[in-house]
Amino acid sequence: MAAQTVTEKILSRHAGKALHAGDLAIVDVDAAMLTDTTAPLAIKAFREMGGKAPWNPARTFLVIDHAAPAPNERIARLHDLMREFVRETGSTLYEAGTGICHQLMIQDDRVRPGETFFGADSHTCTYGALGAFATGVGSTDLAAIMLTGKTWLKVPPTIRMEVSGRLNPGVEAKDLALAMVGTLGIAGATYQAVEICGEAIRPLSLDERMTIANLGIEMGAKVAVLHPEGLELPYPFDADAIRPDPGAPYVRRVEIDGSALRPQISKPPMPDNAVPIDELLGTPVHYAFIGTCVNGRLRDLRAAARILAGRKVAPGVRLLIAPASRQVFLDAARDGTLATLTEAGASFLPSGCGPCVGTHNGVPGDGETVLSTANRNFKGRMGNPQAQIYLASPTVVAAAAVAGCIVDPSELVGE
Amino acid sequence: MASTFRGRAHVYGNDIDTDRIIAGKYTKTLDLQSLADHVLEDLDPEFRSKLVKGDVLVAGDNFGCGSSREQAPVALKVAGVSAVIAKYFARIFFRNAINIGLPVLEVPDLEAASGDEIEVDLESGTVRNLTKGTSHNAAQMPPVMISILAEGGLVAYLAKHGTYRLAAG
Repeated sequence: MAAQTVTEKILSRHAGKALHAGDLAIVDVDAAMLTDTTAPLAIKAFREMGGKAPWNPARTFLVIDHAAPAPNERIARLHDLMREFVRETGSTLYEAGTGICHQLMIQDDRVRPGETFFGADSHTCTYGALGAFATGVGSTDLAAIMLTGKTWLKVPPTIRMEVSGRLNPGVEAKDLALAMVGTLGIAGATYQAVEICGEAIRPLSLDERMTIANLGIEMGAKVAVLHPEGLELPYPFDADAIRPDPGAPYVRRVEIDGSALRPQISKPPMPDNAVPIDELLGTPVHYAFIGTCVNGRLRDLRAAARILAGRKVAPGVRLLIAPASRQVFLDAARDGTLATLTEAGASFLPSGCGPCVGTHNGVPGDGETVLSTANRNFKGRMGNPQAQIYLASPTVVAAAAVAGCIVDPSELVGE
Repeated sequence: MASTFRGRAHVYGNDIDTDRIIAGKYTKTLDLQSLADHVLEDLDPEFRSKLVKGDVLVAGDNFGCGSSREQAPVALKVAGVSAVIAKYFARIFFRNAINIGLPVLEVPDLEAASGDEIEVDLESGTVRNLTKGTSHNAAQMPPVMISILAEGGLVAYLAKHGTYRLAAG
């Protein structure tokens, strides 16, 4: 049999026949996820299709995270619609405040290596961190998955991205992820899969791998899968099933020298406007935001706390932090991170997506500059088209919160 | 859905993301008309007042990048846009548009200015700029997508077939 990429291997197992790039296929779906942005339309479409209960209620997850807790009565009704659907169908609900969908799916062991996972949220590609074929779809596609347990797709060709060298101290997974998006471009992987591997990837934790896979959609990728070398999970898994065959066909090979990377910042209004931090030193920042499915985990909060310990947020700067889940919040409370950040002047928001997607909490003012750990800086993304959004790592955002402008964090670490 | 229709072009550039098609703050609703009221607001605040039902959106590369929000094609469709023609589309937007019955056509070589009269023939996949007198072929879609669009969307398709069929028909 012809050598296969990771994507081809996973899809073949879910189609019951050998598949290669360009094939059209119907594949079995292992699990599905919807949020309060996408579930209401999906439930409506599901009912119109004649659906009664999802094909596999135990693996259908509804997460209230995008506008959570409800900011107004209209959205409160949509949340109730989701609760009612879960009661009727036996699917699983994550209540408002539990966390961001992508954090929860991995934190709660809802997705495993080699599975097919479809989520009605574009950052579902995050689960490529542990070798799943995971991708975002719209509400009606998700409704069809709930109805049939299957979906159709075109098997994507794969780009292989190899990151050589080791990341330097102070250069984080987010910096590498932004550099990858900058290298391939906002549409560089459209209709394609990306496999990410190399010396710089191997030592990364699952949290860091999630940060990298998450940005896959910002290059247009259908999936972004990290090779399993160095992957540690709390259960045994078949690494061969999520590793490419020797001689697997790649449509393109891209190399990045990880050891040459500086901290990166993506300038508005596109995530692929990534430049070394050195080009933006001194840029004033009014609003610093740490959180989201990219960088709201304990490791990220600790990175911010290392900068903020014993310091204060600069006058004229607001620092808002939304932990990726209640579990992250609890862990940060237990180890003192929460106290360090609060003492420095940070305000904590409930776990959720609100500020990143402009739904509620932390909308920037006209003409303000935001430095955020999120994945998107499109015009209007945070709810105000008159604000400018820059993207960076938690360390870079924390350092800017202290300085009131973009600074090289190593200056603060060295003090 | 009529196979052939005409409309005036509204021309925009590359990488129009779904946040600019419909901002996240408007997406949490089942009131589809309210989506249409804010369509393309952060791209062109005049768009709603200029749009005449049946008009065609013409864009460059990577139309609809970003979020998976199906509210983006829904907003365009409910507002009265009859088709989106782009050099190419972001993957999720393209699927969503077909699934809700909004014709989307990949035409790499269409030259158009805002106001040009565009004719779309879905059956043959032909796009004509009647103002400029040019004719273009849209990229071929997989048969399953042609069938979904012919039914008016995925809801009607699945209500009829019960499951996916990869071949045409």
